[in-house]
Amino acid sequence: MGDTIEKVSIIVSKGSLEGIYPALIMANGARAEGIEANLFFTFFGLDAVHKRRHDHIKVATVGNPGLHLATMAGGLPGISSVMTHYLERKMEKLDIPSIPEFIEMISDTGAGLYGCKASCDLFELTKDDLVDQVKDIITVGEFYAMAAGGEIIFT
Amino acid sequence: MPTATYAGKNVAVNDEGFFENPDEWTEEMAPEIARASGIDELTEQHWRVLKFMRTEYAEKGTGPTVRVLGKTSGVSVKELYELFPKGPAKTAAKIAGIPKPRGCI
Repeated sequence: MGDTIEKVSIIVSKGSLEGIYPALIMANGARAEGIEANLFFTFFGLDAVHKRRHDHIKVATVGNPGLHLATMAGGLPGISSVMTHYLERKMEKLDIPSIPEFIEMISDTGAGLYGCKASCDLFELTKDDLVDQVKDIITVGEFYAMAAGGEIIFT
Repeated sequence: MPTATYAGKNVAVNDEGFFENPDEWTEEMAPEIARASGIDELTEQHWRVLKFMRTEYAEKGTGPTVRVLGKTSGVSVKELYELFPKGPAKTAAKIAGIPKPRGCI
């Protein structure tokens, strides 16, 4: 069988749709394999667990060459919403859950969700601003203690 | 090809212990596979999931992922992980004698 991964700690630092989904898929996939998983939301990644924002996550249409869209066009009003809507419809067909539903599911798998203290201080967020699935707001030191002995993934 | 013996019968399994041929599986084998997977006793709820896995596999040719299980088996994601802590879809597929479900979500 070779080496196996026992634990992953995934840091979510970006607040775009393409920044958040890979981290959620990796955390959920880890749990499905029986791997212990914790998610840490920092900086704009906090939007993924922000009560008022996590249902309004958008694709970055500027500064995203992978989209193959002219930068000028990407900056037009509403383009981000249109592209997001298009992707969301495709994801729905593939039965990929929305971000709020995904967060709830990942929490149900037993993965831990945590907010970064420095970022919460910076954006003046408290635990009440974050969804109930977030267990705590923790410091970088507490994060390292929790991540000890496992793999750390930064997205 | 590796083999394993369950309920006194030799069966072909892959490197991860999943059945090569789901037709070789019988219900009597399940408790032994479960013990080897760290589940000491199969409860009624375990069986509910196992039977669902077998039915889905028979119908679709592939086992369901945890998300599909949570939505359609009548057992919640939370309970699925309580029943099969080492990964519900993966462990249940192994105990139910079907291939490991493929799917990212």
